[in-house]
Amino acid sequence: MTLIDYLSAALLIAGAIFFLAGTLGLLRFPDVYTRLHALTKADNVGLGLIMAGLSFQAESWAVAGKLLLIWLLVLLAGASVAHLVARGALKRGIRIWKR
Amino acid sequence: MEALTLLEWGFDGLLGLGLLWLAWRALTCPELFKAIVLFIAFGLLMALAWVRLDAPDVALAEAAIGAGLTGALLLAAFAKLSLVTGHEELKPARSEKNRIRFQHYWMPATTLLLVTAGLFYVILSLPPYAAGLSVEVASNLDTSGVSNPVTAVLLNFRGYDTLLEMVVLLLALLGVWSLGDTTIHREAAPGLVLDTLARVLVPLLILVAAYLLWVGAHAPGGAFQAGAVLGAAGVLLLLSSWRPHADLIAWPLRLMLVLGPAIFVIMAVLLYLTKGQLLEFPPAQAGILILILEAVATVSIGITLAALFLGGRPRRGKGQA
Amino acid sequence: MQTLYLALAVFLLLNLGAGMWRVLRGPTAADRMLAAQLFGTTAVAVLVLLALAMENTALLDVALLFSLLAAVTAVAFVRRAWPEQEVDNDSD
Repeated sequence: MTLIDYLSAALLIAGAIFFLAGTLGLLRFPDVYTRLHALTKADNVGLGLIMAGLSFQAESWAVAGKLLLIWLLVLLAGASVAHLVARGALKRGIRIWKR
Repeated sequence: MEALTLLEWGFDGLLGLGLLWLAWRALTCPELFKAIVLFIAFGLLMALAWVRLDAPDVALAEAAIGAGLTGALLLAAFAKLSLVTGHEELKPARSEKNRIRFQHYWMPATTLLLVTAGLFYVILSLPPYAAGLSVEVASNLDTSGVSNPVTAVLLNFRGYDTLLEMVVLLLALLGVWSLGDTTIHREAAPGLVLDTLARVLVPLLILVAAYLLWVGAHAPGGAFQAGAVLGAAGVLLLLSSWRPHADLIAWPLRLMLVLGPAIFVIMAVLLYLTKGQLLEFPPAQAGILILILEAVATVSIGITLAALFLGGRPRRGKGQA
Repeated sequence: MQTLYLALAVFLLLNLGAGMWRVLRGPTAADRMLAAQLFGTTAVAVLVLLALAMENTALLDVALLFSLLAAVTAVAFVRRAWPEQEVDNDSD
């Protein structure tokens, strides 16, 4: 394995750890807002790291560009949906967890 | 076994078990909303299963229709059901009277066991590698006008089936329209975020639909997948409170809806009159003909799916759907 | 590298399974829909890994579709199917 391969592997494993963190947040956090936080941020960073790791292994610039495009779309969709869900939750009176 | 095949088996096994478990939970869940979300998850895993089975065209269609559009349709139906029945949480009432007893389920259970046993027997007695018709398709591929075998089969060799499928889709829409006009429900104006999201995503979706249509000639893609993506664009527009102009609802909408099947039928009739066979494309023009057919099919399928989401016949005039 | 891709795909699939618990538990409708969002993003990651593992770049188009359509389902939930009165979530 070359140096690039090691770099890719490190990025991929880091991405997977972020996904795990996102799921842990989804399962353990106390209310909708915090779970939304964990999900959107951790999962999108994890996906970005995985895309970065894979783009080093991509066979052409077109494939790397597609990976970047997919990640940007997921970011856009994820952020907008998170806003919409949070605003809807506030409007429907879901209580914010206080310690 | 080396690590790679072990991992492949592990992945496929997990996927299969997950699918079975999700299907079971989705069907037996008493709360309707939970069942819908489980069904959406099932569609997602199903698309992964198609990918593992080396069927990217089907995976594209499953992702677009099964996970995306059907999810939105079911959620809209759930909303309407809540509105009509006046209940917010929909779950059946379980009491001692309507508990499921043995005399209710022994017949379906026995039938299920027999059918499962029969399926196992049939599958296990199949030869492990069956080429099926893929040899014939591969040898006739250059006369079909495209280089993607799935598109060749769908649009050329079995074009008749595709024609009938499009008519079936149109009939489904007519069935929905026969239920009445769309109900007018007060909807909050979309906020800035939803508005901007729609403005960014809808042109992108249209672009991706055109890309899928074009690439379907030589790589996984095609008319149904592109149409489903167009349908998703339409659904997103409808959800951000966009409604077509009243003039467009009368005959332009209906024209677009029947354009796909109509052109297909016209082409079939023309080919019958000139060549003596329904839907036999001359190899020289087959590529162009398939592209035309796919283009109109995409438009029709997209608009039909978006119209299905409305849930009724669109009203014209004031206070429109 | 292929082994690593598949191993990570299996790991992400297990992740997905763990997220399933949130769909079943709830308690609000938003929680269930959030879990569906998790499935969407995880499925995109799995598809991209499989695309490089099975050496089929057409699978990237499937991932592209997933990323676009997960948003549509979530918007359908927020705009239509979300009941007005929510059962108040208990902190767990």
